[in-house]
Amino acid sequence: MLFYSFFKTLVGQPVTVELKNDLAITGVLVSVDQFLNIKLDNIKVVDEERYPHMLAVKNCFIRGSVVRYVQLPAPSVDMALLQDAARRERQQPAAGGRK
Amino acid sequence: MDDHAPLESTGIEEPLDLVRLSLDERIYVKLRGDRELRGRLHAYDGHLNMVLGDVEETITVVDVNEETMEEVIRIVKRNCEMLFVRGDGVILVSPPSRA
Repeated sequence: MLFYSFFKTLVGQPVTVELKNDLAITGVLVSVDQFLNIKLDNIKVVDEERYPHMLAVKNCFIRGSVVRYVQLPAPSVDMALLQDAARRERQQPAAGGRK
Repeated sequence: MDDHAPLESTGIEEPLDLVRLSLDERIYVKLRGDRELRGRLHAYDGHLNMVLGDVEETITVVDVNEETMEEVIRIVKRNCEMLFVRGDGVILVSPPSRA
């Protein structure tokens, strides 16, 4: 749940999602769910020369399991808050139930 | 606050507790696909999803020369200020070597 909540705080921010097939897509984060599926708007493929397939696509839904990385806008990330949340999640796994 | 302070210094009961001790430290992460990351650990969860800061990614690419069939190893480095890493690609997490 930690990262689900974390990504919810980033809705509206520009992110770059790199997929396991090396395709990287930049776009504005529209929504996330518990599986860390991601919806992006205003998308642009980072290397359009190599991946011209999506030139006409403006928004997309990305299945969470195909994501390798998400590059985040560093100024929008509260690192102290994140670290606290990570410590807490370990302390009280019962609160949310460990999956 | 005070409920996790004492546990932090002593409580190593499960492997993930070692990862908790690396919060806000620079770590080394080995990933599937001959990728390695070095960066500061800001958050993680039980899947080993992570958020890393000031990340250096090292990708090892083996190019095969068509004519000679020689294998040429090429190392690609990339940097990223803030990166979410999906846990299913993680092979190991370790404090980086001091060297």
